[in-house]
Amino acid sequence: MLDKNGIAKRIAKEVKDGYYVNLGIGIPTLVANFVRDDISVEFQSENGVLGMGPFPFEGEEDADIINAGKQTITTLPGASFFDSALSFGMIRGQHVHLTILGAMEVAENGDIANWKIPGKMVKGMGGAMDLVASAENIIVAMMHTNRAGESKLLKRCTLPLTGVGCVKKIVTNLAVLEVTPKGFKLLERAPGVSVEEIKKATDGELIVEGDVPEMNV
Amino acid sequence: MINKTVANVAEALKGVEDGMTFMLGGFGLCGIPENAINELVRMGIKDITCISNNAGVDDFGLGLLLQKHQIRKMISSYVGENDEFERQMLSGELEVELTPQGTLAEKCRAAQAGFPAFYTPAGYGTEVAEGKETREFDGKMYVLEPAFKADFSFVKAWKGDEAGNLIFKGTARNFNPCMCGAATITVAEVEELLPAGSLDPNQIHIPGIFVQRIFQGEKFEKRIEQRTVR
Repeated sequence: MLDKNGIAKRIAKEVKDGYYVNLGIGIPTLVANFVRDDISVEFQSENGVLGMGPFPFEGEEDADIINAGKQTITTLPGASFFDSALSFGMIRGQHVHLTILGAMEVAENGDIANWKIPGKMVKGMGGAMDLVASAENIIVAMMHTNRAGESKLLKRCTLPLTGVGCVKKIVTNLAVLEVTPKGFKLLERAPGVSVEEIKKATDGELIVEGDVPEMNV
Repeated sequence: MINKTVANVAEALKGVEDGMTFMLGGFGLCGIPENAINELVRMGIKDITCISNNAGVDDFGLGLLLQKHQIRKMISSYVGENDEFERQMLSGELEVELTPQGTLAEKCRAAQAGFPAFYTPAGYGTEVAEGKETREFDGKMYVLEPAFKADFSFVKAWKGDEAGNLIFKGTARNFNPCMCGAATITVAEVEELLPAGSLDPNQIHIPGIFVQRIFQGEKFEKRIEQRTVR
């Protein structure tokens, strides 16, 4: 079974040379720590920066340079700043190659829910609806089950949707899965996790073809 | 040169009335029009509709207007980090319209650029699209979103000149340029107000034509919401 860093490490392998990547808050943010350093990648933050770097050293924080999580950041050589309309133009116009975000639920048809729990305080969708409706390549990073032990990979989402039919791939603490017209196709197992365990933790249709390899992380 | 300079924030906010709709730039607390917000608090303007990506924190930014119950409605994409906001929203005192962030930016830009509405894929199939016109283009579904209409835009820039030309700094740019010229009157507060001719025309982010009033801001606090270091 993987921990959060393990999930991030596995997703980092999906980041290819020349990619512009948008990382959501939570596990997705950790992906930046594991991207190979022999490839060229630029991270976009939807509040208006491309070429995001690490957090600043103490004393070098700049109130005018933050990420979408409102954290102080730095920029790398080649970075640029832009306004919010242009930023979402990059996203909507599919110039960003890969979007990695968290989810509360994913359905076997690619629907995603990650912004609202009825009856609880609703903080808003931020840029999530724009990102999922626009990106060609969306990977969801999440735990396979919720705190109550219930599957987050469902036949149909039960929570209000963020987007329809948009998720392509899911990396959880148990498995790597691809969303196909027939359901969740099991691509890889997390180290030490059996196909049976994954089946038990998946409510939606799970497609298992032949021997499913163990992840290499 | 058409001079857009006004002496101070009081003059810049002349004509502001109860019940108006305002656009306010900023993302979180980054690049917010601090001077204009403080003046709205001082004036006690009420029943405001605010178009702003966020709602500030309890004791800074739009949170100051919330404390005084001056806001009737918020149009935002994300409103966490504010307990007073949550209280007013749950009690029904405050109306909230949540809009996807990119749609929010484009609704400002559409108003600026003279588009009555536009199609976006964001929110299709979700509750955000309920009751809205949808249409298929090349096999993909889109939602029709109208441009915003507002009485005043309050924006904050780094440098500006007497002609109203603006330059922003870092990610404090965010929604500010999209809101310039998107309301009947755009008011820009700047950290540094310079004589016309001081700024290189090649480096201007927003031309002065989109700005009606510009003034030298005072005492920018520029609070950091999430100070993170290595």
